[in-house]
Amino acid sequence: MAKRIEASNVSSYYGSFKAIDSVSMTVEPKTITALIGPSGCGKSTFLRSINRMHEVLPGARIEGSLTIDDQNIYDPDVDVTAVRRMIGMVFQRPNPFPTMSIYENAVAGLKLNGVRKKSLLDEAAEKSLRSANLWDEVKDRLDRPGAGLSGGQQQRLCIARTIAVEPQVVLMDEPCSALDPISTLAIEDLMFKLKDRFTIIIVTHNMQQAARVSDKTGFFSIDKTGDPGRLIEYDDTQKIFSNPTQRKTEDYITGRFG
Amino acid sequence: MSILERQVPGVVMTPDHIRSRKLPVVTNVLVAVAAFAVAAVVVLGTGIGNWVLAVVVGAFLYLVGLYFAASRVEGKRAAKNRSMQALIYSACVLAILPLASVVWTLVSKGVERLDANFFSTSMNNIGARDPLGGAYHAIIGTLQQVGIATLMSVPLGVLGAIYLVEYGRGKFAGTVRFFVDVMTGIPSIVAGLFILSFWVLIVSPWFNNGQPRFSGFAASLALAVLMLPTIVRSTEEMLRLVPGPLREGSYALGVPQWKTILKVVLPTALPGIVTGVMLAVARAAGETAPVLLVAGGAAAINFDPFGGNQQSLSLFVYQQAGDASRYAPARAWTAALTLVALVLILTIAAKLLARRNKLSR
Repeated sequence: MAKRIEASNVSSYYGSFKAIDSVSMTVEPKTITALIGPSGCGKSTFLRSINRMHEVLPGARIEGSLTIDDQNIYDPDVDVTAVRRMIGMVFQRPNPFPTMSIYENAVAGLKLNGVRKKSLLDEAAEKSLRSANLWDEVKDRLDRPGAGLSGGQQQRLCIARTIAVEPQVVLMDEPCSALDPISTLAIEDLMFKLKDRFTIIIVTHNMQQAARVSDKTGFFSIDKTGDPGRLIEYDDTQKIFSNPTQRKTEDYITGRFG
Repeated sequence: MSILERQVPGVVMTPDHIRSRKLPVVTNVLVAVAAFAVAAVVVLGTGIGNWVLAVVVGAFLYLVGLYFAASRVEGKRAAKNRSMQALIYSACVLAILPLASVVWTLVSKGVERLDANFFSTSMNNIGARDPLGGAYHAIIGTLQQVGIATLMSVPLGVLGAIYLVEYGRGKFAGTVRFFVDVMTGIPSIVAGLFILSFWVLIVSPWFNNGQPRFSGFAASLALAVLMLPTIVRSTEEMLRLVPGPLREGSYALGVPQWKTILKVVLPTALPGIVTGVMLAVARAAGETAPVLLVAGGAAAINFDPFGGNQQSLSLFVYQQAGDASRYAPARAWTAALTLVALVLILTIAAKLLARRNKLSR
């Protein structure tokens, strides 16, 4: 079910500004890949170009090829909504829909895509909330507003909402940066659990987190402001954090830079 | 001595004295009493004005007196704070006074004809010496005209705003936005003239054997022209307030853009949109000029908005207020009260309906 993502020579532009330059990497199914690097180095841009989310901004485009199991995501006849159903995304700030209850939030993706049958929705809601380690906390108040939960719970609700549509890849854009350490731990545990079913790519500023959860790590960097970001090194997490090949990587992870 | 202490004496609060003396409430009240007493004596005693001037002078004296009293006890900064606070409260009272006065006048003068007869009869066959007669026909006219105008302008306005916020890019959207702004300032009489020359004089003869004809529908068209820009602008503002991450969250679930707008963006902005629509409805219900120009007004009941003259409440008020009959002013006041009550009821109903969603409380 989980799929392989392959990027070759991906460059991304916002209008005439080049945000990332020629990134190539292969992400194997059922692994967790962490993207680290200083702010503004293009890791979020790269992540968002995987499910074509960067296109929300006018003037955004990419060059190079991005494939999911050998299908090019950017082929002209590809349906963007189909790509996004296949590649889900969790954002930096929890963004539950304010007009919906916890239950409706959890199954929002199914409901908005046309699933009507109550029994199916009930089943999906429970399954996804259980997968997101949230079920026990909210099962007695499923009809309460999703925005009334705590930050950590909201973020897990957003994860539940994402996995309820059964994507094959889950992208996470700094999912824990607005959360306290306990909620962060809950979400990291959750990622280990989800690894059995999904391919996960996570952008993080927290290097301990990258070291703890990921199988592979990619390090992005820029030379100076205004330059495009580049993928400096991409390897097994173990190797990146113990014995990186590139000098820049070593400087960054040991705290001498950025 | 720190720079702050030297430059702005009396402001710095060192750890030694973070406490300050407070002006006692009794003193505050005393200042007020003294101010109004002095004002009353000066103004009424010398006979230069009546009690209104006394109140104004008293309020002014109170503000000044409060400042001096407070600055002696609490220091300059606290005194400024106090007088500003008092100023703002008095401005608030000043703003509410005319409103309260209008409501009071309406109610006190409107109750005279607030009877069953007023709401069940028209002005048909009511002579100058007849104390009866009512606004039934006008209420029907207002409800039909404003209702049809709302049915036309709300879908158009909301869809237009959705275009401007969610889809519109570049020159065309900018032009549309500019002309919506221009339309907001159109005087209602101009909208009425436009419909008169376009609908009543050119289009309506096609349906009426070549004779131009007034109708309630023509009034609806004119009111819709007036409501449209208000609805577009208020809806646009509300849609812009919906955070971008909500839309992205929906896109990330593979939900198409139109469904995101329909199921996520619009429900989030709904209470604000309803408020904007009700403002537009209230404005349209109170318009007299366009109705006078294109619906013509009528004394009899006319349920058909497409056939012939129709009355409306605001036009009824206008006509009764200018009528020579000694019974007409009372009818005008009651009709005005009815109009305000109608708008109030509609607004409350719309707000309740928009809040029907159990989550928004």
